[in-house]
Amino acid sequence: MAKKPAADKARQSYTSEEVLKYYRDMLLIRRFEEKAGQLYGMGLIGGFCHLYIGQEAVVVGLQAAFKQGDAVITSYRDHGHMLACGMDPRGVMAELTGRAGGYSKGKGGSMHMFSREKAFYGGHGIVGAQVPLGTGLAFAQKYNDTDGVTFCYFGDGSANQGQVYESFNMAELWKLPVIYVIENNQYAMGTAVARASAVTEFHRRGESFGIPGKPVDGMNVLAVRDAGLEAAEWCRSGKGPIILELKTYRYRGHSMSDPAKYRSKDEVNKMKAEHDPIDQVKNLLINEKLVSEDQLKEVDREVKAIVQDSADFAQTSPEPDPSELWTDILVEA
Amino acid sequence: MATQILMPALSPTMTEGKLAKWLIKEGDTVKAGDVMAEIETDKATMEFEAVDEGVVSKILVPEGTEGVAVNTPIAELEGEGAPAKTTAVEAQAPAAPVTPPPAAPAVAAQPKAAPAQPVAHADPELPAGTPTKTMTMREALRDGMSEEMRRDQKVFLMGEEVAEYQGAYKISQGMLQEFGPKRVIDTPITEYGFTGLGVGAAFGGLKPIVEFMTFNFAMQAIDHIINSAAKTLYMSGGQMGCPIVFRGPNGAAARVAAQHSQCYAAWYAHVPGLKVVAPATPADAKGLIKAAIRDMNPVIVLENEILYGRHGEVPDVEDYLVPIGKARIARPGKDVTLVSFSIGVHHALAAADALAAEGIDAEVIDLRSIRPMDTDTVIASVMKTNRCVTVEEGWATCGIGAEIAARIMEQAFDYLDAPVARVAGKDVPMPYAANLEKLALPQTADIVGAVKSVLYR
Repeated sequence: MAKKPAADKARQSYTSEEVLKYYRDMLLIRRFEEKAGQLYGMGLIGGFCHLYIGQEAVVVGLQAAFKQGDAVITSYRDHGHMLACGMDPRGVMAELTGRAGGYSKGKGGSMHMFSREKAFYGGHGIVGAQVPLGTGLAFAQKYNDTDGVTFCYFGDGSANQGQVYESFNMAELWKLPVIYVIENNQYAMGTAVARASAVTEFHRRGESFGIPGKPVDGMNVLAVRDAGLEAAEWCRSGKGPIILELKTYRYRGHSMSDPAKYRSKDEVNKMKAEHDPIDQVKNLLINEKLVSEDQLKEVDREVKAIVQDSADFAQTSPEPDPSELWTDILVEA
Repeated sequence: MATQILMPALSPTMTEGKLAKWLIKEGDTVKAGDVMAEIETDKATMEFEAVDEGVVSKILVPEGTEGVAVNTPIAELEGEGAPAKTTAVEAQAPAAPVTPPPAAPAVAAQPKAAPAQPVAHADPELPAGTPTKTMTMREALRDGMSEEMRRDQKVFLMGEEVAEYQGAYKISQGMLQEFGPKRVIDTPITEYGFTGLGVGAAFGGLKPIVEFMTFNFAMQAIDHIINSAAKTLYMSGGQMGCPIVFRGPNGAAARVAAQHSQCYAAWYAHVPGLKVVAPATPADAKGLIKAAIRDMNPVIVLENEILYGRHGEVPDVEDYLVPIGKARIARPGKDVTLVSFSIGVHHALAAADALAAEGIDAEVIDLRSIRPMDTDTVIASVMKTNRCVTVEEGWATCGIGAEIAARIMEQAFDYLDAPVARVAGKDVPMPYAANLEKLALPQTADIVGAVKSVLYR
C-alpha cells in the first residue's frame, strides 16, 4: 500500500485507505446535508435544520481517535456527527422528516437524536447544555474505571456560556477524560466571534483552570486527526481534560432560514476555493496518486446511492403512530 | 449589675439545643471573643463567644443539659464598670474555615413552640404490629440513601457541602466516612454545571443523587432538570433514560426571606417526564427516597427544612419502600377532605384537631407524590365528604391546590356541596419580618376558616 513517508514524526504518516475513508466520510456528510437542505426546501423537513457543510473535517478527523468505550456528544448541528459515528443515514434522514423510522421515532427531529449503540449521546438543542452533560459522561467513564474518553463538541457561540466554565472547573478538578472540541466556525448564528467574544483564541479558554488547549486547522482532516489522537492520549493517560479549538467554517447559514447577510459572498467563496476540506483530501489523493480516478468515482457513486436511499426511506417511512404521542415519557418499571 | 447570657439561636430553624460543654467556670473573667461554651444544634456543634466583658458570676444551666430552649438564661456575667446593656452572643463553627450555609446565617430566630410529638404513621401497606424505630426525617433520609448506596454501586451523592462538611443540613452525616470521596462528592457552588454533569452521568449509566442546598438554588439548574433530564427520554424515542434524584429542602424555612423560601412543587409538577414527591413524615422520607433512587426516571424529592428535625416512627423492616404515586390518609374523617403534602400536612392535622373540638370531623390526605398524583384517593374521599380544602405553602396561582380543584371538578363535580377552597401562601414574595412571614404562610386558623366556609358555618 502506498505510504507517504513521515515528515518529522510518525503521526503525519497516512495510508491511502485511511485518506480515502476520510474522503468518503466527509463526502457522505456533505451530500447528506445537501439532500437535507433540498428536502427542507420541499417542505419534507420542518422546524430548525442546521447544516454541517464546510465543517466535515472536524468530526471525521476526530473520529479517527475514537475507540470502543468512548462517547460523543454535541449541539443541534449534529447530522455530521451522527454519520461520522456510524449511525444509519436512513435513521437520521427519517428523523429529519419526522417519521417512525427515525432514530427518535420522529419525536426528536434534527436537533435531538441519539444512539446508545454508537455511543452518540445527542443532539442537544440548548446552546452549551451538552458541555456539562458531556462532562458527566466523562465522569461516568472515570467512575466506572474505564479508559473511555468523551468527545464533547460545542461552538464558538456556546463557548461564552457560563455552564461551560463551570464544567471546565469540575473536569480539571476531578481530572475527567473529556476532550472539549470547540468548533469555531467564526459565527455564533449571525454574530462574528470578535463581536461576541472578548478573547477570540478559544483554545486559551481553559487557562484559568489549568486546562491545556490547542488551535487546530479544522479544514485539514489530517491535522484534525493528529490533534485528536494526541488529545485522546492525554485523556486516556489520566491527565484530565483538554481543549481543541478547531478553526473551521460553515458554508451555509446558521439554519435553513438564515440568509447569512452578515458576511460577504467573497468571504464564503474564498473559503470554499482555498480551504475546502473535501477538495484538500481529493487533491492529496490525486496528486500523490494514492488512488485512481475510478476509485474516487466509485466512492462518489456509493455515497450518492446511500444518500438517495436515505432520502427515499425518509419519505416512505410512515409517520409515527398516534399512540406514540403517549410513549417514552417515563421509563415504566 | 449582672448580665444574663441567653441560649442562642444558631440557625434559622433552631428552637432548642444541648448545652454540650462549658469552657468557662464561675469566677472566670471573660472578654469579648472568648469562647464560652459549645452548643449542639440539630445540625452541628457550635462554639459561642462572649460579647461583653465581665466575671462569670453564675452558671445557670449545667453542661450536658439537653433541650435548652432558645433565649433561656444560661449564665450570668458581673460587669466591670458601666452596667452592661443587652447581651448577645455570636456563634462560630469550631475550626471550620467554611462559612455556614448561605441559607442558614446564625441569626436569632424567633423562639418557636417545642417540636411536635413524633407523628404516628399509619402505613396501609404494612400489617399492624410492624416494629418501628423513632428517628428524625434527617436520619430517615440519610438511612434511605445509605441503604441504596450499599445496594447499588452506581448510586452516588453529589452536591455542595455533602461530604466533608457532612451536609449543610446534616442530611449526609457520616456518608463520606462510609462511602468515601468517590461516591460522596463535594461540588463547587455551580448548580447549573453540576446538575448538567449529574444528568450526563445518568445518561452514562450511573444513578446520581444531586443534592441542592435548597431548591431555591436549583433555579440556576432548572434548564438541565427540565430540558436535559425530563425531556430526553421522549426526544430519543425511549433510548436515553435518566435515572437521577434531585433532592433538597424546599419551601419556607424560617426568617430567610423571599429568595430562600419558595415552594417549587407546582413548578416541577408541571413537567411531563419528571416525578415529584414531597414527604411529610420520616417514614415517607425514607420510603420515598429509596423508591426515588430505584426509579429509572428523574425524581424530584422536595424536602422541608423545618421537618428535618421532627421525629417519627419509621417501619423497622428491611427495604422499606413507599410507592411513588400513592397518597396516604393521614387522618380519616367524614365531614370535609383536607388535601396537602409536606409540611402542609402538619398544618392540616393541627387544623383537624382544632375542628374536632368543634365537632367537625376532617379527613386529611397526605399526597406524598405530587406527580404522578393519586387523584383516586382524593376523589374517593371527596365523594364521601362532599367538601374539600387544599393546603400548601406555595402560591395559589397555578398551584397544586388549583390542580386538585380542577381534577375534583372534572371527576367529582356532582359530589361537591361547596366549591373547593384553597389555603395557600399569600401572593407576595416571602417577607423577612416575623409577623409578616407568619401572615404570608398558611396558619391553622386559615385552614379552620376555610373548612367552615365550605361547610357554610
